[in-house]
Amino acid sequence: MRLFTYERAKTPAEAARAVAGQPGAKFLAGGTNLIDLMKLEIETPTHLVDVQDLKLDRIEQTGEGGLKIGALVSNTALASDARVRRDYGVLARAIVAGASGQLRNKATTAGNLLQRTRCPYFYDTNMPCNKRKPGSGCAAIAGYSRQLAVIGASDQCIATHPGDMAVALRVLDATVETVNAAGEPRAIPIADFHRLPGATPHIDTNLAPGELITAVTLPRPLGGRHVYEKVRDRASYAFALVSVAAVIQWDGTGRVAFGGVAHKPWRIEAAEAAMPQGAAAVTTSLFADAKPTHDNAFKVPLATRTLAAVIAEGNAA
Amino acid sequence: MEEGEYEISRRSVLVSSAVTATLAAAGVSEAQPLPKALAPADHKVSFVVNGKGQAFSLDPRITLLDALREHLHLTGTKKGCDHGQCGACTVIVNGERINSCLSLALQHEGDEVTTIEGLGTPEKLHPMQAAFVKHDGYQCGYCTPGQICSAVAVLDEIKRGVPSHVQAELTRAPTPTNAELRERMSGNICRCGAYSNIAEAMADVAEARV
Repeated sequence: MRLFTYERAKTPAEAARAVAGQPGAKFLAGGTNLIDLMKLEIETPTHLVDVQDLKLDRIEQTGEGGLKIGALVSNTALASDARVRRDYGVLARAIVAGASGQLRNKATTAGNLLQRTRCPYFYDTNMPCNKRKPGSGCAAIAGYSRQLAVIGASDQCIATHPGDMAVALRVLDATVETVNAAGEPRAIPIADFHRLPGATPHIDTNLAPGELITAVTLPRPLGGRHVYEKVRDRASYAFALVSVAAVIQWDGTGRVAFGGVAHKPWRIEAAEAAMPQGAAAVTTSLFADAKPTHDNAFKVPLATRTLAAVIAEGNAA
Repeated sequence: MEEGEYEISRRSVLVSSAVTATLAAAGVSEAQPLPKALAPADHKVSFVVNGKGQAFSLDPRITLLDALREHLHLTGTKKGCDHGQCGACTVIVNGERINSCLSLALQHEGDEVTTIEGLGTPEKLHPMQAAFVKHDGYQCGYCTPGQICSAVAVLDEIKRGVPSHVQAELTRAPTPTNAELRERMSGNICRCGAYSNIAEAMADVAEARV
């Protein structure tokens, strides 16, 4: 691990100032992803601003009937919250489908959104990777790409967003609340939070340098049946090959987002009109522009089948 | 100024590197110290380990795991993968299990840490330790301290109603079924494959508690 300096910030704006004011500085929340990447020297921050004292660890009701989730609420605390389990089941389900109990206890809401890809070439510092080292190339495109993106990728990068939580937040139309070094707040719709790789795969999100996530806000509950289905190579503690977050209403209409297929949670609202017609009707348009590799072409039919299972599960409930 | 003044021969670079390397190896401070902001200043941090207050002066890179093992010599907590994948380093912090390898010691100011040494002693085993012995919940034993810390915390999580992936109804209280125990223990790898015995040991303790 490279040497760094360390401080603990007292307020969100102070934390944002500390990171914005020093090139190479980073926020440290739970640390479960960042410290791992620092050990591998994939992340090499020169300064860490520990944000654990910012009192952003509460879940509050909003005036609009939704929930405001503090950036530092742990994944376990969020999935355990009675309101989340009752009204936002897809979110609780997505969280407990990810990582291990130990990691969920330490990982935070904001940190989960900011976790880096698990593309094997991003982790292997002997290999080219445009996300880790811009301009070095992408070893994944012609390499082992079973886990990687089938849609929205570029000729620079085919990495996926690895998380489950963000897929549920996408289907719930969550908003990411931030503050910058000047203390100015900003609200970013979750749809605009993560980026597609394009020519700048080293930039995962639309956060400005030093911009700190303070909360994630959920709109009023949608009702309906909440399902999160994750297909993976083992029954627990593995990243998704394909995952589906869905909220299905009693009349068969609904919303759906996919994980494990793109650099961001994959949702196209226009495709959801076909929900009552069944899974294939939805995925035909959702994955119309898919460009899978030889290794991961199975993900496209798997996405249809997983959605079919989700719709069947929703109808049976 | 003559450009030649700044010419450095390959040989002199090699010689000076060798001298620097020797000094570093001997623990002698180098002539050119790191910039002050980057010096590995010993950071002060205090937390409670197994009921006893501990004060440390550490390089910021030291993980909680290394502070426990290398500084307090509490070597019950094991370093397996050192990347949060195996669970051998599991300890209980403020009542919740975490991977101590993925946490800087400096993040734990004021925390209460329980390691395997704090759960029980050879003379007075924790019920989970006794159940692991009874059910043969290990073979080589390397993952066992992490398994036991995790198992103790899992039963507490079930009691507190923390949901899991295999729970049929999110709004109902979870119960310690075999499927629940196995799912919740998936962050602890046992290369000897003692999983079924570990789940039986946990079920024993869970039943005794009811």
